[in-house]
Amino acid sequence: MSDNESPDVERIKRDSRHLRGTIAQGLADPTTGGIAERDKTLLKFHGSYQQDDRDVRDERRRQKLEPDHQFMVRARLPGGVLTPAQWLAFDRLATRYGSGSLRITTRQTFQLHGVQKQHLKPVIAGISQLQASTIAACGDVNRNVVASVNPLLSAAHAQVHDWARRLSDEFRPQTGAYREIWLDGEPVAYTEDEEPLYGDVYLPRKFKIGIAIPPVNDIDVFAQDLGYVAIVEGGHLAGFDIAVGGGMGAARGERPTYPELADTIGFVTPDQLIAATHHTIAIQRDFGDRTDRMHARFKYTIDDRGLPWLREELESRLGYRLAPARAYRFEHNGDRFGWIEGDGGRWHLTLLIESGRLADRRDRRWLTGMREIARVHAGEFRLTCNQNVIIANVAAGERAAIDALVAAHGLDDHRRASGIRRDVLACVALPTCGLAMAEAERYVPELLPKLEAMLARHGLRDEPIHLRISGCPNGCSRPFLGEIALVGRAVGRYELRLGADFAGERLNACLLENADEAAILQALDGLFANFAERRQPGEHFGDFVARSGIVTPPPRRANRPAGGTSGS
Amino acid sequence: MATQPLPAVLPADKHRLLVEMTRGLDAQALHWVSGYVAGLAAATAAPVAPVEPEPSTGAPLTILYGSQTGNARRIAEEFARRLRDAGLPVRLVRADAYPVRELKAERLLYVVISTHSTGDVIEPPDDARDFVEFLTGKRAPRLPELRYAVLALGDSSYPDFCGIGRLVDERLAALGGQRIVDRGDADVDIDSIAAPWTVSALDQARALLADAGTPRLATVTPLHRAAPKVSREAPFAAEVLTNQRIVARGSGKDVRHIELLLDGSGLRYEPGDALAVWPVQDPALVATILEELKLPGDAEVECGGERLALSRWLTERRELTALTRPFVAAHAGRGGHAALLELLEPPARQRLGELLGSLQLIDLLRRYPTDWDAVSLVAALRPLAPRSYSIASSQAVVGDEVHLTVAHWNFQSGTEERWGVASHYLAGLSAGDRARVFLEPNERFRLPADGKRDIIMIGPGTGVAPFRAFVQERAATGAAGRNWLFFGNPHRRTDFLYQLEWQQARRRGELARLDVAFSRDQDAKLYVQHRLREHGGDVYDWIQGGAHVYVCGDADRMAVDVHQALLAIAVEHGGHGADAAAAWLDDLRKAGRYARDVY
Repeated sequence: MSDNESPDVERIKRDSRHLRGTIAQGLADPTTGGIAERDKTLLKFHGSYQQDDRDVRDERRRQKLEPDHQFMVRARLPGGVLTPAQWLAFDRLATRYGSGSLRITTRQTFQLHGVQKQHLKPVIAGISQLQASTIAACGDVNRNVVASVNPLLSAAHAQVHDWARRLSDEFRPQTGAYREIWLDGEPVAYTEDEEPLYGDVYLPRKFKIGIAIPPVNDIDVFAQDLGYVAIVEGGHLAGFDIAVGGGMGAARGERPTYPELADTIGFVTPDQLIAATHHTIAIQRDFGDRTDRMHARFKYTIDDRGLPWLREELESRLGYRLAPARAYRFEHNGDRFGWIEGDGGRWHLTLLIESGRLADRRDRRWLTGMREIARVHAGEFRLTCNQNVIIANVAAGERAAIDALVAAHGLDDHRRASGIRRDVLACVALPTCGLAMAEAERYVPELLPKLEAMLARHGLRDEPIHLRISGCPNGCSRPFLGEIALVGRAVGRYELRLGADFAGERLNACLLENADEAAILQALDGLFANFAERRQPGEHFGDFVARSGIVTPPPRRANRPAGGTSGS
Repeated sequence: MATQPLPAVLPADKHRLLVEMTRGLDAQALHWVSGYVAGLAAATAAPVAPVEPEPSTGAPLTILYGSQTGNARRIAEEFARRLRDAGLPVRLVRADAYPVRELKAERLLYVVISTHSTGDVIEPPDDARDFVEFLTGKRAPRLPELRYAVLALGDSSYPDFCGIGRLVDERLAALGGQRIVDRGDADVDIDSIAAPWTVSALDQARALLADAGTPRLATVTPLHRAAPKVSREAPFAAEVLTNQRIVARGSGKDVRHIELLLDGSGLRYEPGDALAVWPVQDPALVATILEELKLPGDAEVECGGERLALSRWLTERRELTALTRPFVAAHAGRGGHAALLELLEPPARQRLGELLGSLQLIDLLRRYPTDWDAVSLVAALRPLAPRSYSIASSQAVVGDEVHLTVAHWNFQSGTEERWGVASHYLAGLSAGDRARVFLEPNERFRLPADGKRDIIMIGPGTGVAPFRAFVQERAATGAAGRNWLFFGNPHRRTDFLYQLEWQQARRRGELARLDVAFSRDQDAKLYVQHRLREHGGDVYDWIQGGAHVYVCGDADRMAVDVHQALLAIAVEHGGHGADAAAAWLDDLRKAGRYARDVY
């Protein structure tokens, strides 16, 4: 999510005594369901956004009531891995204090919505008791570190997950504010060196790190500020290719912002990983634009100076030259559903969770179903960056019991789902996201049947096509990497974007600027017909659209000064 | 018309001329003359004598009233006016302004007093507490020369109907007083009892005072202040501007903010006053009742000299949502229902109270089927009475508008909805509709005359209404005193009445402090009295610094708990013993600095 609403964020951070602000006082004020404006900025660093139910905003104003303030609480789950006990605890917190659903985010963690202010503390404290945290799940810091869930390579996954966890721990803020406010920790005196890496003002903007394990780019490694591509050689983790300066946000305005894919600049071994990450974050801390939040992401820091500058700066801080990037190949950036046998005869079941929303709705009692599974499951769960869930590490003999629970609670959508339904990403958008301009998650069930009918007409029912819907251009659902993307512009109006590839290595481009559903469907119907008739064997929809010149996707590094090198 | 002896204010010649001039004139002509002469008097710009004489010892007739909601005061004032019209000198005095030492000198005393219920306990109105305490205490004098009568006001849907009036009546007799008119026990349709009682009391007074040779004044009606255009009997049809629900979805309540237009009524109100509304029954309920009784709605029925269709009697003139003991008795007798008859016996008093509190007419008709004819039904049902709402606005801010905060009292009974007549009527109104209203001033619930005084307002639920008026008024008049509001309700998210306005008042400094208790937002129930205790030190300091304390809302529980909390604060922070704390609070009340508008 983006937070470019306040020009004073830098000052708020600096004056916050390392993220304390007046959050504690705000929590204690019973006359409002919200907290002070500047504390809203600080609260993000603690893993929570103040939101309100926008559906009832106007109604409540007439009722002489303040907006229906509520809090989104986001956990920090490195690599998206959690135990059944942790699952059950999240479920209890969401059921008791949230709006009765758990939501899997596009950065493979859980989000609870609809938490009332008086319940914020028990929720955050509850998450902290699970060997998990919410700190830095949002805010101008290193966010949740994501990692591929590739179930085929269980051993490599375990190593990569371990590195994701170590990066997450290493680069979490050190302030005592979190412990004081949420965990009843003793207040400690403010010291200037409380944050050795981040300092008083933290980073200029959010910072995202992810690790992909080829051939699956399920985390969209090129959308990260700092992406690592795990190089597995002979079953052994040799190291990581480093990709820098990706990011999804785009906005019109005086100084337009744009999505950008990360560039690979070299290779590090596992023992060099922490230091390389440290110095990359520190470069952004030192050089990132603190005068304009719209221009503060790492991608602009690099674009303003060029990749060679970055490499030199990093190498000079590291004290050695980066090794050349190794070769790798990505096949796709989606998830594979159903049971898959991994290393050592253990099994992994990937379930399709539409928009990542685990809730109980009539015949699809997903929240209950996953709770029942967590009660019997002995392995772990993995959340994916495509908003799905993996029941991981299951012995062959336990599959039947899990299958029965999956079927009983309607969790087996993946068995029947059309090609396009299997690869939809949608952000939350309305009614809780303050940035949303159009529906996203709530629009999915309405839009999909219409697309499916059209695709079926053209014999494309089972064709895998990546569709991404976003309520605004900030890009939580990584829409600029969708073969088809709808980016919200106003209620009922979207930008229709086409032409990204199937593996997250090419951005899409705009076909229609401010289109309503009829115009979108009309355009797509024609394209589907064309595609069915003229595609080359095995050609994906995004590639077809780009090849046919229907749109012209931007070349890689379109905004990046020349001189960079790439290992890919 | 017999010529009245005139006081010797005119010289003899003028007196003769006057007698000569008026001889043989009919009533209309006499009224015209009196008005003409009154006009001449006004034109001289000489100050007109106050209509209400100052209390003075030795007046031949005293009317003493104790009033909580203003009804007893209204009746007493009306009665005083009629006595004066009859040429009888009257002292009209509110019970808390009555010097009790004068009681033994009274010769003729009329008492108009209401009864209030706090849970199972009945209580006198706040302004009559001292008087009742004095009367029932050891210091009460023997009153062998006293002649008296009591008009009691109450609500028969509560047990111990008119208990305080009965207590006063019996005590005055026990002290040796001679009862000259049987006590009147007036239900919420006050006038059906009050009117005949005042006639009898007037006759008795006239006879007694004439015998005593008391000088009389001429009856010159136009000299008195003209009755206000708008009254209980002649209400104003106010246009509804807004009917806005002010609790959110998911609330267990339905509270409405209603704005009415008083444009053209000439009505002026003060913060603290109430607006009374004449309700109209829901036609669907009337139809259900008629169907249940198999009575035709168009049957013409005569009652009290008025002839209307039965359906109109029920819709506009009779209570249908509140049961009374007399009606239950009539119903039980008529139907021969043994179970009901048993409930009317003294040992079943509590169960009867529960029945009166939980059942409505339609429930009684269904549970104990009984045949009624239209005429008997209309005669047996209690006449419909207006309902009062504390006004939630200040005219300094809203001009010709009047705002109400109305809790729509409704609940499910099986598959059907039940409701309170007035709140249901108001909740059903739309912009453009008209509601019949009149004012009920409440002199005992007034902002301090000195704007520099601090005020503490305790108003949970719809009890917050008059405090919206208070804060509006104090902000508009630039009162320098600080305002502190205590509010409570079940949930902050859904039930924070006027939340945006209080937040804004807080930002502007119009509220110095705002403390809220949302009872269901945490595991332990939390109420305004807990917040009061929490801030007890500051509350005590404010009061010692001259603050006025106001309480509005539920009488049964909240007002009692708040009272206890204030006593506890006096003990804890004032260092008082229990008795001294009670005396401290009592002194505040007597000084008009602890005022309650509870119901």
